[in-house]
Amino acid sequence: MWPMNPLRYDLQIIASWIPPGAKVLELGCGEGDLLLWLRQNRQVKERGIEIKESKVVKCIEKGISVLQGDINTEIMDYPDQAFDFAICSQTLQQVYDPVFLIQSMLRVADQCVVSFPNFGHYKTRVQLMFTGCAPVTKELPYEWYDTPNIRVLSLRDFENFTRQAGFRILKKAAINTKNHQMEGKIVTFLPNLSATYGIFLIGHQ
Amino acid sequence: MSEYIGHDHNGTTVGPVEKQFFTFAGKEDPFLLESGAEIHPVTLAYETCGILNEDRSNAVLILHALSGDSHVAGYYTPEDPKPGWWDIMVGPGKGIDTDRYFVICTNILGSCMGSTGPACVNPKTGIPYGTDFPLITIGDMVRAQKMLMDHLGIKKLLAVVGGSVGGMQVLEWCVRYPDNVASAVALATTCRHSALAIAFNEVARQSIMADPNWCSGHYYGKAKPGMGLAIARMIGHITYLSDESMRLKFGRRLQNKSALSFEFGAEFQVESYLQYQGRKFIERFDANSFLYITKAADYFDLAREHGKGSLVKAFSKCLARFLVVSYTSDWLYPTYQSREMVKAMKKNNLDVSFCEIEAQWGHDAFLLPNDKLDHLMKGFLNRVAHESAPV
Repeated sequence: MWPMNPLRYDLQIIASWIPPGAKVLELGCGEGDLLLWLRQNRQVKERGIEIKESKVVKCIEKGISVLQGDINTEIMDYPDQAFDFAICSQTLQQVYDPVFLIQSMLRVADQCVVSFPNFGHYKTRVQLMFTGCAPVTKELPYEWYDTPNIRVLSLRDFENFTRQAGFRILKKAAINTKNHQMEGKIVTFLPNLSATYGIFLIGHQ
Repeated sequence: MSEYIGHDHNGTTVGPVEKQFFTFAGKEDPFLLESGAEIHPVTLAYETCGILNEDRSNAVLILHALSGDSHVAGYYTPEDPKPGWWDIMVGPGKGIDTDRYFVICTNILGSCMGSTGPACVNPKTGIPYGTDFPLITIGDMVRAQKMLMDHLGIKKLLAVVGGSVGGMQVLEWCVRYPDNVASAVALATTCRHSALAIAFNEVARQSIMADPNWCSGHYYGKAKPGMGLAIARMIGHITYLSDESMRLKFGRRLQNKSALSFEFGAEFQVESYLQYQGRKFIERFDANSFLYITKAADYFDLAREHGKGSLVKAFSKCLARFLVVSYTSDWLYPTYQSREMVKAMKKNNLDVSFCEIEAQWGHDAFLLPNDKLDHLMKGFLNRVAHESAPV
């Protein structure tokens, strides 16, 4: 068996939502940490999509089924409802057309999980308030000119969005992470102010 | 494919190997070809490395490309100057680990490296077939390989692995014998030739047929159409490289001189390289085999043959787990062709992994030492072996 790295905290939360034996598609699966964990501990049937060649090689080395390509186009070739879950973790803020992507996820899978850094976190607000500059934080570590995060959203933004777009939130978790996201806790008090990441399980309306 | 045969840099090797032969199809039960023609007998040359396990579940069939042979790895004799053509990939602890897997490689039907082909004696006439040899297809090659697997008592192959024309055979195996293949690795290959690929093959064939020594294919025992075959090989080599690799390898450098000499000899390094490759090739390869195998590759069309024109339909009976690999600089079988097959596999819910390896060496990249390909192969086969193991 491939030796397993400890799972990032937000991925632990996502993993806890996936029942054993499920068919899972992960968009932007990186080096395949989550999929490997799910396969070894939940016996899921896994598929990943990743654009970076070096990361794809790492996935296949671990025995993960992965396709090199762009998530927005690769997702289109799968038959309807081919999966139980489609997961897009910490990538939604980089997607040009999130509505289409979530719709596609719900076409190929029964339910989907999305997660993203919370722009409503108090540190971000405070930075903008007091420095007058676009915030740079651990979760959003880029300058305005080099950030891949073209969609800036808070937990509340996303909840409003799901209502308007006609998606149903089945589960949600607001989390606060530390130690390079390896540890963390669920936040229940003022989540839009104090959570660094939001994770949502979404189904059809 | 080119010859990049080199010694493994770690010096590990499967050691001595032996070419073996399997003959089937007699006068009573000839081998029926897709063209409708019949041949008998049919001999396949093959080599094996590693040990077949008790339940015969660790067999990996390697399928060679246009000019390859059964000698995939190891040495025939301790004095052999060179190992088999994929010695860097096949051996103890290598990408295809012969400590774990039983590796079989067989020379394709129509070739001239020990298997039945146009240079073999036609039992009806007592002289070599020449162009009386019927046209063969990739499907015919694979059906003959299946006879060999039956003979070896291997019901299900753990993996079929091949690049280029070998990759076509890989795809054909999965589509034709879905129950007999657990997994497949298709490297730098295509479901059908583009017009560009057919064009290059046709120019290569024309150069052979225009050689006055070709004599309509009946040149055995006489002077060989060496010039025609050498030019055909030179054309092949252009398609195996890339603009970038030629620029890096040769540029406009001159061969053994510092100034242009205003004559028609080989002056540029690239000219000298191609001429050398051509000369080397005619020592070992039969011109007619080149004609037959390139034609089979041009005819290959998985969608037409198995899906009434639909690639999605062609893959619909497949059960194998796939690893598809393309190379960024391959202009003979560019990445879009690999993506096409991956798309059809996805639409059938097949388990497919795909990686486009960044490489500057063109189509030939799959034969060159590449850690990434080693890792991909090792990881993929390990997963398949793990899941195919009896619980």
